[in-house]
Amino acid sequence: MLENIYTELIAEHSQSRDNRRTLPNATITERGHNPTCGDEITLSLEVTDGLIRDAAFSGDGCAISQASTDMMIELLRGKTVDEAKKLAELFIDMIHGDITDDDELEPLDEAAALKNISTMPARVKCATLAWHTFDTAIKRSEAQR
Amino acid sequence: MSKNFIDDFPILRTQMNGHALAYLDNGATTQKPDCVVRSICGYYGGCNANPHRGVYELSAKATKIYEDARRKVAKFINAKSAREIIFTKNATESLNLVAYCYGLTNLHAGDEILITVAEHHSNLVPWQMVARAMGARLNYIYLTADGNLSAADIDAKLTRRTKILAVTQISNVLGLVNDVKTLAARAHEVGAIVVVDGAQSVPHIPVDVRDLDADFLAFSGHKMLSPMGIGVLYGKRELLDEMPPFLRGGDMIEYVTEQETTFAELPQKFEAGTQNVEGAAGLSAAIDYLQTVGFDEIARIEHNLTTFAIDELKKLPYVELYGCDAANKVGIVTFNVRDVHPHDVATILDAQGVAIRAGHHCAQPLMKFLGVNATCRASFYFYNTRRDVERLIDAVKTVRGVMHLA
Repeated sequence: MLENIYTELIAEHSQSRDNRRTLPNATITERGHNPTCGDEITLSLEVTDGLIRDAAFSGDGCAISQASTDMMIELLRGKTVDEAKKLAELFIDMIHGDITDDDELEPLDEAAALKNISTMPARVKCATLAWHTFDTAIKRSEAQR
Repeated sequence: MSKNFIDDFPILRTQMNGHALAYLDNGATTQKPDCVVRSICGYYGGCNANPHRGVYELSAKATKIYEDARRKVAKFINAKSAREIIFTKNATESLNLVAYCYGLTNLHAGDEILITVAEHHSNLVPWQMVARAMGARLNYIYLTADGNLSAADIDAKLTRRTKILAVTQISNVLGLVNDVKTLAARAHEVGAIVVVDGAQSVPHIPVDVRDLDADFLAFSGHKMLSPMGIGVLYGKRELLDEMPPFLRGGDMIEYVTEQETTFAELPQKFEAGTQNVEGAAGLSAAIDYLQTVGFDEIARIEHNLTTFAIDELKKLPYVELYGCDAANKVGIVTFNVRDVHPHDVATILDAQGVAIRAGHHCAQPLMKFLGVNATCRASFYFYNTRRDVERLIDAVKTVRGVMHLA
């Protein structure tokens, strides 16, 4: 069971520093927090003309939440906001066990490696933290427009 | 060799993820012995009726079970009278009762409430509310390097302005026992009342409210072998008598007219609505069980488990321990594995059948004070064994490998 969760890929992403930085031209900043466990991230997005030009984060949390955030940023960078929203929805459906077909999950690329979290209810919130934060960030910025 | 308690706790024979269960989360809740489960079944099987109301025999039986439990609790903590025992849902509700009914009626602008930075949120968030509502100030006693309360802080902050000192008897994170008796004497000297959070102490050490001279003591049944949903507030009668009711409704009244109500005497004044009688029955059975085991035996077993765990964890260079160098320690070992988040540690231990708590333990200000976001916590009870601790240590040794760090 553990080998399917704490894979080398997850370890790599959770330890990577590449996306841990501040964006000088961030247009959206959103704090995500999991009050039951204390994990928190701050997600920064640089969005212009409906395109996510760059994304980065800071924060503390378990390997699953940090790897998931790192993977999300790599996946969403360069995507349009509409594409990104669909991917976030797909990821959350995967973690909740609603979509299990690997072909359907292919657009998630490396983030599909977190599929096994769907069998660990105690860790679902860790995996979805970044993606919910992204969703909230976009909704908030759309509401402000 | 101590009695094999596991025979009384069938759940301890179950498996978790294909391994025998090593249940080390007793600070969160304890398991229930057969006798407690039987007392609940027995209540519903043969004695269930609404207490205090019916004139028929079955209701009288339910009333007797409920009120006998109250008398047993009073004796257990050496209260002067059973009227000083209020049944609540848990320690949180007990502490809120004091905050709402004492704090909001007795404090004034400029008064101070003193708590410690090691309080559980349940003995912290209600006092923030009281302070804000009354224009009072909420002050904190901080800790010295070993995790104990700073004597200098107590000297500086416990003053004539202090009206309430609210303090845990044992920290749910560090497991350190505070000298509540001395604190209470100091508080009374300056005219403050003392609210003791006994959630982690009453299950583990003998607590005598008259010896401590506590004005209020709160604890939960479920952390001492009882069902969830039954808790206790002890309060000195003269204080409880002066306080307004907490919740209003059935069973807490004397006379009700269209516009006015007079309230029942203690303890009914604070027990509105139908109460948790099966919880009281379970708590009563749990107290019997604990007294059969004996607090000396409980202390001996928990001390052995705690020191063994600390000694073994100290051998692991990548483990950091918190509050583990003080002698006044009961049953709780809090630690972190270097470079690994506590949730990942807990998941890895879970896969090996070892149940621990990971997170902020409802003590975020303490986490901040310790400079950590979260910790792992193993907490013991008398039914735990040396084997449970060995399983914990063996599992901790695998953590860094699983995380590709070793």
